[in-house]
Amino acid sequence: MRAWHFTETAYPYLPPADEYESIRVTLPNRHYDPKKGAELYDRFLAEWQIAEAEGVNIMVNEHHQTATCVDPAAPLMLAALARLTKTARLLILGNPISNRRDPIRVAEEMAVIDILSHGRVESGFVRGVPYELAAANANPVRSNERHWEALDLIVKAWTTHDGPFSHEGQFFHHRNVNIWPRPYQQPHPPVWVSTTSTPGARRVGARGYVQATFLTGLDGTRAVFEAYRKGWREAGRGHDVPVHRLAYAPLLYTADSQAKARDGAEKIMWYVRANKVPPHYANPPGYFPTDANVKFLRGAVPPVVAFLKNASIDQAVEAGFLMKGTPDKVYQQVRKFYDHVGGFGHLLIMGQAGFLDHAETVHGIQTFAREVLPRLQAECPDMAVSGFHEDAKSAAG
Amino acid sequence: MKREMIPIAGIEIEVHEAGSGEPILFLHSGQGFMPDHAYVGLLAEKRQMIAPSHPGFGRSGLPAWLGTVDDIAHIHLELMDQLGIAKADVIGASIGGWIAAEMATKAPARFKKLVLVSPVGVKVGPTDKLDIPDIFAMPLDRVSKLLFHNPDNAKVDVAKMSDEELTIMVRNRETMALLCWEPWMHNPKLTHRLHRITAPTLFLRGASDGLVSADYLAAYAKLIPNAKIETVPDAGHALPVEQPQAFASRVLSFLSA
Repeated sequence: MRAWHFTETAYPYLPPADEYESIRVTLPNRHYDPKKGAELYDRFLAEWQIAEAEGVNIMVNEHHQTATCVDPAAPLMLAALARLTKTARLLILGNPISNRRDPIRVAEEMAVIDILSHGRVESGFVRGVPYELAAANANPVRSNERHWEALDLIVKAWTTHDGPFSHEGQFFHHRNVNIWPRPYQQPHPPVWVSTTSTPGARRVGARGYVQATFLTGLDGTRAVFEAYRKGWREAGRGHDVPVHRLAYAPLLYTADSQAKARDGAEKIMWYVRANKVPPHYANPPGYFPTDANVKFLRGAVPPVVAFLKNASIDQAVEAGFLMKGTPDKVYQQVRKFYDHVGGFGHLLIMGQAGFLDHAETVHGIQTFAREVLPRLQAECPDMAVSGFHEDAKSAAG
Repeated sequence: MKREMIPIAGIEIEVHEAGSGEPILFLHSGQGFMPDHAYVGLLAEKRQMIAPSHPGFGRSGLPAWLGTVDDIAHIHLELMDQLGIAKADVIGASIGGWIAAEMATKAPARFKKLVLVSPVGVKVGPTDKLDIPDIFAMPLDRVSKLLFHNPDNAKVDVAKMSDEELTIMVRNRETMALLCWEPWMHNPKLTHRLHRITAPTLFLRGASDGLVSADYLAAYAKLIPNAKIETVPDAGHALPVEQPQAFASRVLSFLSA
C-alpha cells in the first residue's frame, strides 16, 4: 500500500455562500488576495515536503476558475515540487486532456518534469468534472472520445524515438511529432486514469493503466474496481490484477484523539460542503450519458450528490467517503474498505481542505504516516492480487 | 402526419411529411420538430410540408464524423436531391434558419423563397460581447424567459412524457451543444457567403425574443441582397409555437406574393 498526500490548494477566505451563485466558473477573482494566496502556496508546498519526509508520496491536481482548487496549471506545481523534493513519487491526477487544446504540449510538460525529478512522475489523466467545461470552453459532447485520442497520442509521443510521426485523428492533428526531451522513465512514466463510471473503468483495465476513483464510497468503488478487473481480463492481461493498479481517494484525517480527528474531519468536509455549483455547470449537455439524463429528469439523483447533500460525519465514514479517527480507527476503516472492494494499492489522501490549518494538516499527515501506514504496508503488499476469486484470496491472504 | 426514415450519406434521417401542393422544406429549431404544434397544420392546409429532423435530433442518426451545421446543410441538400425537389421554398427556425442560410449559400438556385425565423449563425457584434446569450451558462428558467414571450409556454410535463420523448428532448439539447459550442452559435465564414443568396428572404422575429436581438437580425438581413424583416408581437424566440396563426399567415402571404 502506498499513501499519497493530496490537497486541492483551496482558497477558503470567501464571502458567505449565499452571496454568490457558484464557487466555480463565475466567482469573481476580486475575492482572491494574491498575498494570502502566496502564503497558502508556501504552506501547501511545505506540507507536501513534510509528507515526503514521512514516507508519503505527493499528489497534485488542477481545476479552473474556482476557489476550491487554486491550481489551474498543475504541471507548474509539479515542476516546483520536482525541485523541492528528492524521493517522493509525484502524481499529477491529472491533466484534463479532453479540455486542453494540444496533447503534445502535455506530453512535453510531463517529460520535462520527469527529467527534472529524475524519473519520479506518475502521469495521471482525467476527463475532468463537468464544471471544467465552461472554463475551458471545451465541448462537453464527445469529451470522452477526445480524452482517449489525446491519451493514446501522448503515450505514442513519449515512446517514439526515431524521429517525427504524424497524427490525423478525429480531434487532433499533428504532422511532426518528435518531442524533446523524452521521459526519464522507460518506456514512459506510469499512466493513471481517474474514472468513476464502470464503462470507463473497464476501458482503463483493458489498457492496464492505474485506475483511480474519487469519493465513490464502498459500493461504488467496488463496482468500479470490478469493472477494471473485467476489462483487464477481457483484454488478455491475465487473470490476476495486482492491487497496485487500483487507487482510491477518500477524505481522510488521523489524529491522536477521537475529538481532534472529528474536528479535523469536519474541516476537511469543507471540500464537499463548499462546492456550491448550479445545475447548468454541474450537468452540461453531453457530459453525462443520454439515458442518465433521462433518469435525472425522472427524479434520480447521482449517488455521490445524494450523499453529499445531507451526510453527517458518521454517515460519511459508514459509506466509505470519509476515513477519520485515531490510528486504530483509521487503520480499521481502510482495512474494511480494502476487503470490501477486493483490494487496492494506493490510498490518495485528501488530507487538507478548507480551514484545516498547517499544524492540523501536519498532525494528520504525521499521525497517519507513523502509526497507520506501516501496518497497511505490512499487510497489503503492492503485488497482492486484487479481486474476490480464489487466487486473490490465497495471494492476498 | 407521415413519418419515414430516409438514408442520406449513411445516416438514417427522420422525415415528417403532410399536406399537398408546392413543397415547403421546414427546418426545425433546437427544440426539434413537433408535428402536433398548431402552425404545422396551418401550413399543411395550403402546402406540402416536408420536415426532416436534423442529424442528432428527433429519431435521426448522428455519426461520429458529423459535428457542424455545415455538415447538416450538405445532408439536407442531399435530402432534396433524394426527394426530387429541384427548387423549394424553405423555412428555417433558429438553428434551422442557420442551416437554411448555409444551404442557400451553397446552392442559391435551389431556393425559391427563404423564411428565416429568428435565425442564429452569424457573428455581427463586438468581440467582447456574445451576440447570442449563453443558454448553457444560465438556469433553465432564465432560458425559458429568453425563448418565450410567455414562459408558461415553455413548461413540459415530464411525468406525461414517454422515455422515448424524454430521450429525444435530452438528445436534442446535446446535439445543440455539439453544433453551437464553439464558435458560439455561429460560423465565422457565413458572413462572407450570405451575399450569394438570390432568393427573396423574409426574416421573422418575435418582439419579445431574448435570444436573437432586433439589432442582430438587422445586421444579418443586411448581408443578404433581397431581404426584409417583420416583427410579430406577443411572441418570443419560439415564435411559431407562441403565435401559430400570425406565423402561418405571414409565411403563406410572403411565399404566395
